[in-house]
Amino acid sequence: MPDLGKYTETVLSSYAISLILLAGIILVSLRRARRVKKELQDVEKKVKSNG
Amino acid sequence: MSQTSLWEYANPRKFLQTTDRVLPWVAALAGVTLVVGLVWGFFFTPDDYRQGATVKIVYLHVPAALMAINAWLMMLVASLIWIIRRHHVSALAARAAAPVGMIMTVIALLTGAIWGQPIWGTWWVWDPRLTSFLILFLFYLGYMALWEAIENDDTAADLTAILCLVGSVFALLSRYAVNFWSQGLHQGASLSVQPGERMAMIYKLPLYVSMTGFALLFIALVLVRTRTEIRARRMRALLARERMGGA
Repeated sequence: MPDLGKYTETVLSSYAISLILLAGIILVSLRRARRVKKELQDVEKKVKSNG
Repeated sequence: MSQTSLWEYANPRKFLQTTDRVLPWVAALAGVTLVVGLVWGFFFTPDDYRQGATVKIVYLHVPAALMAINAWLMMLVASLIWIIRRHHVSALAARAAAPVGMIMTVIALLTGAIWGQPIWGTWWVWDPRLTSFLILFLFYLGYMALWEAIENDDTAADLTAILCLVGSVFALLSRYAVNFWSQGLHQGASLSVQPGERMAMIYKLPLYVSMTGFALLFIALVLVRTRTEIRARRMRALLARERMGGA
């Protein structure tokens, strides 16, 4: 860990906030992708079975 | 040899097939460059003689600000393709990019405020660049809200495309505001093709890597989200057909 001196809080909070936001958008995007893919498969199955 | 037209990717099936192959590579490359850029910048660059260790924020702030503007410009191009050629994939790609661009704008605004406090002595000033960035953030929110508010996909795509055209003024302003008005606290461009050194190479190289990482992450996320939007649209169409068939 580099010595950030009097700016430790400033630099670490910048990195923490940014990484949390990036991780958040990645997780939300992947979870929605998985959910919608599954829902579409279910709907397609249902449509096929209804003829 | 058959020549592949760019417009073939406007076919949702072709888009899904191609991105299925490309996406893992883009995502892996994004992860590697982002980690290398940020680790290099955070651990292996010296403090600046004036700004001290706060210079390390540049590896987040500049790439995020760059992508905030570029995401809107990508949405502008996709919106224009929708308006002119009516390709649904382009409208859905614009919709998919908005939340990613919004997050980049928030990162740029927050890291800028945190950085500004010790260096400028204030979290915020109504400086031209900061103000135009805040307006860009509000445009992102408005754009996303408009998509959610309108049920008909084509109408939503039309209206959001118009909003995107209007918002482009602020996307460009946030990039060039410091050149238009020589006032405010924000410095000029950190990187430029103009002669004269603005930033030492020891800071510049990890910054380039970090910028590449942010750009690749943006591309990967837009591909994932566009694929989701395509599937969601197909699902809505199938359900609507079912309802009409049952009526």
